[in-house]
Amino acid sequence: MSRLKGWKEIPIGGLILEAGNAEEYQTGTWRTYRPVWDEGKCIHCLFCWIYCPDSAIIVEGGKMKGIDLKHCKGCGICDQECPPKVKAIEMVLESKLQSEKGE
Amino acid sequence: MGKIVALTGNDAAGTAMIQIRPDVVAAFPITPQTELMHKFAEAVADGDVDTEFVSVESEHSAMSAAIGASAAGARVMTATAANGFALMWEVVYIAASYRLPIVMTLVNRALSGPINIHCDHSDSMGGRDAGWIQLHSENSQEVYDNLIQGVKIAENRDVLLPVMVTSDGFILSHTLERMEILDNQGVQDFVGENHPQHTLLDVDHPITFGPLDLPDYYFEHKRQQVLAMEKAKGVILEVGREFKKLSGRDYWLFEEYQMEGAERAIVALGSTAGTVKETVDALREKGEKVGLIKLRVFRPFPKEELVEALKGIKALVVLDRSNSFGGFGGPLFTEIRSTLYGSGLSFEVLNYIYGLGGRNISLKEIEGVYSDLKEVIETSKVKERINYLGVRE
Repeated sequence: MSRLKGWKEIPIGGLILEAGNAEEYQTGTWRTYRPVWDEGKCIHCLFCWIYCPDSAIIVEGGKMKGIDLKHCKGCGICDQECPPKVKAIEMVLESKLQSEKGE
Repeated sequence: MGKIVALTGNDAAGTAMIQIRPDVVAAFPITPQTELMHKFAEAVADGDVDTEFVSVESEHSAMSAAIGASAAGARVMTATAANGFALMWEVVYIAASYRLPIVMTLVNRALSGPINIHCDHSDSMGGRDAGWIQLHSENSQEVYDNLIQGVKIAENRDVLLPVMVTSDGFILSHTLERMEILDNQGVQDFVGENHPQHTLLDVDHPITFGPLDLPDYYFEHKRQQVLAMEKAKGVILEVGREFKKLSGRDYWLFEEYQMEGAERAIVALGSTAGTVKETVDALREKGEKVGLIKLRVFRPFPKEELVEALKGIKALVVLDRSNSFGGFGGPLFTEIRSTLYGSGLSFEVLNYIYGLGGRNISLKEIEGVYSDLKEVIETSKVKERINYLGVRE
């Protein structure tokens, strides 16, 4: 988490002076479940990319490349929308993943 | 050069607005403010001012439209009274929080109920913590002068806060008075052009007004408002000095009337200060050492200056034209007594709540207040700390 600024360092009145700065606000820590993507199963239909409300599906050259975990809030819509025959995304408890990896 | 005219408080405020020529005015009529907006709307209809006049369906909408226009970069004014102000409530706070320099006349009227249309200060005092600068007026001249200065105070880069100018309902708003108005060009040159730093219509620099402010930053924005209020005091004085060059009239944080050598004093707001002055003059002629402090700037509250002005006083009365039910006296009393605690000054301070719902206050009653103070000094006893002046038993 970046250092929070003091009252003398920020614009007055709650103004946001730069466009598109929502990217700086990291919402990944809100997650309870993390989408785990299986590249081998993925057919790159990009349904997850269309439905993701946080633009957290990373796409390059028309292909799914992974999930932006700094912004993904873990809503599970990608898992829901991934075609039943594909099932390339699985929601796993964040706490479980973190304790396994010692994160 | 100025011109001597006879105007009501409402016409004085309307005239100031016509001369200021704000970009946008959004307002809804309410007694006793109606004639003020009537006068201004007429000037718009006649083409005398090119203001965009927005007739809204409620005061909540009036302040909301004012906020939108101000955020877009316009110079914005409005006016209301009592229940209209109460209906604005949530957006009144937002105007200050977004740091929008809106200037509003508040024609003081008692808040219902039972429904009453006459003067007291329950409306402006209800808004005392909203983050607005409050300039109080003794007469129509001050309503006019405070509005013109208000624009310049509000838009100062160190301040950027909305300003409320009060005018006692009916007592000022509907009473003809002799006063002096400035020429249009003089007012225009004084207020100058509004050049806000950040506006919604500046498409080359897109910004966001009013985003969600969570526990991580809301407190910091409130702390900034504290600083703006602190800085406003100096700006009010600076604008006052500049205004004197234009008008010849003196404006400070408060007026000290016959305070030289005074032992007994009254602190009052608004038109009642005029009645107190009459009483002070009569008592001074009899050799009594009485004086008055007429508070002009209620927010930011001039605490250090008041302590300085009250040195030498032996007993003090604070007149409140509103009450804080279940509290310890009226809002002005609470503030003054809190200011004095720990200041090194120690004299008795009494509160007289008066004039609720437009109840008249007489010279005789004020004379009675000064004689009560005499008794307090002579006996070193306070019979009642909080008194209700002019209420029938």
